[in-house]
Amino acid sequence: MAAAPDVRTAGAIRAAIAAGDLSAVEVCRGCLDRIDGDDGHLNAMTVVLREEALARAAEVDAHRREWHDLPLLGVPITVKDVICTRGQPTTAASRILRGFRPSYDATVVTRLRAAGAVIVGKTNCDEFAMGSSTEHSAYGPTRNPWAPDRTPGGSSGGAAAAVAARFAPVSIASDTGGSVRQPAAFCGVVGLKPTYGRVSRYGLLAFGSSLDQIGPLTLTVADAAAVLAVIAGPDPFDATSAGAPATALADAPCGHARGLRIGVPRRLLEASEAGLDPEVRAAFETALKAIGDAGAEIVDATLPHAAYSVPAYYLVAPAEASSNLARYDGVRYGVRAGTAEEVGDGAAGLARMYERTRHGGFGAEVKRRIMLGTYALSAGYYDAYYRKAQQVRSLIRDDYDRAFADAGIDVVATPTTPTPAFRLGERAEDPLAMYLGDVFTVSANLTGLPAVSLPAGRTAAGLPVGFQLTGRPFDEATLFRVGDVLERAAPWWQEAPPRTGATNPGAGVG
Amino acid sequence: MPRRLTRMEVERIAALARLELTPDEAELFTRQLGDVLDYAERLQAVDTSAAPAGWRPGAADSPLRADERRPSLRPDEAVSNAPDPGAGPGGARFFRVPRVIG
Repeated sequence: MAAAPDVRTAGAIRAAIAAGDLSAVEVCRGCLDRIDGDDGHLNAMTVVLREEALARAAEVDAHRREWHDLPLLGVPITVKDVICTRGQPTTAASRILRGFRPSYDATVVTRLRAAGAVIVGKTNCDEFAMGSSTEHSAYGPTRNPWAPDRTPGGSSGGAAAAVAARFAPVSIASDTGGSVRQPAAFCGVVGLKPTYGRVSRYGLLAFGSSLDQIGPLTLTVADAAAVLAVIAGPDPFDATSAGAPATALADAPCGHARGLRIGVPRRLLEASEAGLDPEVRAAFETALKAIGDAGAEIVDATLPHAAYSVPAYYLVAPAEASSNLARYDGVRYGVRAGTAEEVGDGAAGLARMYERTRHGGFGAEVKRRIMLGTYALSAGYYDAYYRKAQQVRSLIRDDYDRAFADAGIDVVATPTTPTPAFRLGERAEDPLAMYLGDVFTVSANLTGLPAVSLPAGRTAAGLPVGFQLTGRPFDEATLFRVGDVLERAAPWWQEAPPRTGATNPGAGVG
Repeated sequence: MPRRLTRMEVERIAALARLELTPDEAELFTRQLGDVLDYAERLQAVDTSAAPAGWRPGAADSPLRADERRPSLRPDEAVSNAPDPGAGPGGARFFRVPRVIG
């Protein structure tokens, strides 16, 4: 008798369901059981769509023969709470959107459903995706499955924890400054930020419209490629979605890296400000050597302006946020504070209603960013802050263009983060310290380039470390090719974190 | 070094951003935003004399679709999330705000 199929990955689940070896309902129940067992402890989910998921899985089983070619047939997925799901709670982990149920699905959700996926729930995140720890959530923090006293990263901490804890093999999330890649690194999973324009943003609650991009978190590189192929492509509802074809994304891996040139920005890594942890550095060098052993040429990359990416990002992103979040004013959706009697008549009364609604509805980090962005855009400061940051942004992109064109570099490699997961509460009172941890991830958003974080080992204390690759525009295929080489050399994804929730239900922090 | 962000400026920005702040929040944000703005000062050291200010990713690759009529949300769907909807003759619902014009 053949061994039971190994159905941890999306690819294996799809194949087993298509072949009739497993039913979608069994797979879905397995995921719901994991969530029931562990999420009381991890707090990765904001809502579990139990009935809807089981009904959809039964539908997949009923149509298995007609649908057997669907690329995500019966694959359970979770969706970050900033992405609209029709009729289901979508709150951006904010009090201001309590009770909001969108009237439409985001384009990515429409495409995932059409590909046969089963949406099992929504995942926790920092409010409006603003944060690097998932501590700024109206639902409370998510814990790191590898270390319950540490953050899972953010803002997509629930998405990364859900994949790491095997709630579902795929999470869909957004990345504005590293929000997919940094939690992927902290939780030991694959996290992809596609090229700006590769994936439609329609139905994503906007944070930084020139920076936001939706991408998958998965256990393996092949799963990330398969999901990207489903969600990529132009969309009439997003004018910035690009027409570039998703060429052979899933076929990119070829088992070697010969002919590829990997650039390492040594000066950036060695700058004391980067604060690179010795164990992260060691894991980075080990991964780099594995890629070199697979035939790639490793060279220095010169990115002189990359050191300015954090200050540029923390002006551009809040500026865009302050504009995007102006729509949350208590009129069309969400909650309102202040009745007509309380705030009084006239323009002043209306302004009081806005101010009270936003005061009570937004958390501290969102307020900080709205304030910072409003300041950077305000009369007298626009040139010194916003305009200057946008100019530096273009110089950072020039650096990458030169590295790709003149130095012949195919991908740039860095650690995803300077440190492994930090403790819950450790950076809560010091926003600047939180922002500095984004030193290696924000460049991809400022430049629009595709980047992926890959599992690259664990520290002595057992904390995952991420390895980041940044590629040419619309060349996710090369990221997958190199990622596959690294995954074969060191298949870290095969180890799951201990199920602390099941054995330690009362453990508490904060 | 530029002068430090003041509490009065923070209150002015909050008004621009339509945010009510408690005195404690105003105090905290004055310090925290001051830290971030001080850090951002390092951008002034970059020579940007030849750099464009209007660059953004994907700008060259954003064809506009045809401006055609197409289905959209029904009115009852559009107002279904309103926190304080009003109801007009025949039960049609609408968004309601405090009275602005006498």
